[in-house]
Amino acid sequence: MAIDHLTINENYTEKFGFHDAADYVGDAPRGLNPDIVKQISDRKGEPTWMTEFRLQSLRYYNQRPMPAWGADLSGIDFDSIYYYLKPSQKKARSWEDVPDAIKKTFDRLGIPEAERKFLAGVSAQYESEVVYHSIRKDLEEKGVIFTDTDTALREHPDLFRQYWATVIPSNDNKFAALNSAVWSGGSFIWVPPGVHIEIPLQAYFRINVENMGQFERTLIICEPGSYVHYVEGCTAPTYSSDSLHSAVVEIIVKEGARCRYTTIQNWSNNVYNLVTKRAQAFREATMEWVDCNLGSKVTMKYPAIYLMEPGAKGETLSVAFAGPGQHQDAGAKMVHVAPHTSSQIISKSISKAGGRTSYRGHLAIYRDAENVSANVSCDALLIDDRSRSDTYPYMDIEAERVAISHEATVSKVGEEQLFYLQSRGLGAEEATTMIVNGFIEPVVKELPMEYAVEMNRLIQLEMEGSVG
Amino acid sequence: MIETQVASPLAEATDDNTLIVDDLHVDVGGKEILAGVHLEVRAGEIHALLGPNGSGKSTLAYTIAGHPKYEVTQGRILWRGVNLLELSADERAKLGVFLAFQYPTAIPGVSVANFLRLAVKSVLGDTPAVEFRRRMRATMNDLRMDDKFATRYLNEGFSGGEKKRAEILQLAMLKPRLAILDETDSGLDIDAMRIVADGVNRLKNPQMGVMIITHYNRFLNYIKPDRVHILHQGRIVQSGGQELAEHLERVGYDALLKEVGSRGN
Repeated sequence: MAIDHLTINENYTEKFGFHDAADYVGDAPRGLNPDIVKQISDRKGEPTWMTEFRLQSLRYYNQRPMPAWGADLSGIDFDSIYYYLKPSQKKARSWEDVPDAIKKTFDRLGIPEAERKFLAGVSAQYESEVVYHSIRKDLEEKGVIFTDTDTALREHPDLFRQYWATVIPSNDNKFAALNSAVWSGGSFIWVPPGVHIEIPLQAYFRINVENMGQFERTLIICEPGSYVHYVEGCTAPTYSSDSLHSAVVEIIVKEGARCRYTTIQNWSNNVYNLVTKRAQAFREATMEWVDCNLGSKVTMKYPAIYLMEPGAKGETLSVAFAGPGQHQDAGAKMVHVAPHTSSQIISKSISKAGGRTSYRGHLAIYRDAENVSANVSCDALLIDDRSRSDTYPYMDIEAERVAISHEATVSKVGEEQLFYLQSRGLGAEEATTMIVNGFIEPVVKELPMEYAVEMNRLIQLEMEGSVG
Repeated sequence: MIETQVASPLAEATDDNTLIVDDLHVDVGGKEILAGVHLEVRAGEIHALLGPNGSGKSTLAYTIAGHPKYEVTQGRILWRGVNLLELSADERAKLGVFLAFQYPTAIPGVSVANFLRLAVKSVLGDTPAVEFRRRMRATMNDLRMDDKFATRYLNEGFSGGEKKRAEILQLAMLKPRLAILDETDSGLDIDAMRIVADGVNRLKNPQMGVMIITHYNRFLNYIKPDRVHILHQGRIVQSGGQELAEHLERVGYDALLKEVGSRGN
């Protein structure tokens, strides 16, 4: 029944009578204070500097006010959140507890059995060990480090400390400070000079539940002339009983290197997804964010690229889809620190059935950054009259010889387009889906093939029942 | 193949490919555009519909195809024994009704090939991908369209001639039983017109009725109509053979309308 798929993105607890987290976490305390932060650090056996870093971050977090300039965050109950759960405490959910709607979507997307259990939080491991094993061997031969961030801190302490929190300082913003205080899991990638990793590295190769935790922390370092494409998330709905997801991703792209970071997130719709992502691109380096946001209750995410030296290029492609009760406040930030740098932002947003999307962009060009080119293009598509889209483009241009273009469009699915497609035999829903998929095609064509196919199918599921 | 969307009127359709437009009155935005049109098009016949601007030609085409903006206030449209007015545009397409648009709309991000694949699947049922591609290439070749055309986004950035050719490509791929060509000749140079006309002539068959809407007789030199109708102020005021179109070309609308006693403006 079509309606089941639509309700995936509505509040689970009310709709499906989900058990409260307290049913299975035992004695783990809720809320946040220095003792909890110390406990996290102790349990992980971290060096003193990291414990200090966490405690300092907690102070920053407490000092900073809640950001009031973006989406409505008043629904987050910070005192009821578990800021750290051991993986063993997370595994206790049973498959029977997973809502039918989610299971059906897994069916429709053809997600393999093992992966389903992982995505639904039933199993702590995604059993892709065989696939991963051969990839890991290949990476090791090339000298690549690809591990979870906790392991990296233990096994590569010097490398880790050299770059940790250098791109996003812990007092950067309230949620970066929170992540810095309580982070757990995430990916650590170091690509040696000149090494090109041909296949996309995918987060779930790492068979670790913390990879999809609430406060994951990812750090990627691309040495000169190297290349990596990292893919996180997946199109299947990621069921989480945690209501707050606040990740930090830092990337350093050195001279002549290229990094692409692709995100496809489809959090269940109780989740506040507040993520800080920032990259630094040095001489002749290229950084690309491809960011697709489908799920969550509220997303605030503005992947940033700092173009630090001449010849650096930055590109951000994003898609946001907001259904009933959802607010996708997403965008991009480009900072041209150096002259002769270029950037491009392409943002596509879709709102349906009362959903709301906001494009929030910041383009900054420093005083001496002459001969810079920057293009911003943001398009919003409204499926119906109840939905909403806003654009907040901010620009700080201090240099003089710069070429900037900015385009923004808001359109509705047109009656003429629908009639044209229907006159060729497509039903109203198929026609709308085709128009929506065409709208996001400029971004989707940049995704790895299997993700692009899933993305189109997911849009199809999202559109079911939306046309009367 | 299992038909998933068989509504009852579709199931009731006969194989008698006859279109009967009976006393059709149509309002657009509260204004009456068609004021009692009678027309019968049988399988294998080619009908030409001529008339000055604003006479209601395109309104008739859109109404038959099922555009929601056109409100039928009286009369009916029978096609294959079914009242088309009860069906949505896509259901009509599934019954073999095809409209080649005068101004086809762009669908950004959707390639011609992907669009055609889904359209053909919707109307004719699923065909293997290899077979579909072979047929699409052959048809494009007939219409002197480059292979690359299939990967372009539908009607986006197409020239006038490319749009019209793309419409004929769809006509060929969807194998309709009733083809309505709404000013397919307009905006085409003489070579393009010949290519389009050749395309239509190749597709002509005893099972398919054709209605050509045009301003000019020129197109009808390439596609010979069996019947010619003059539409004026929402009514067919004169019908005849091809000689009617030739006569119209010689004397013009004003004189012809005077002859038939209709009040011209």
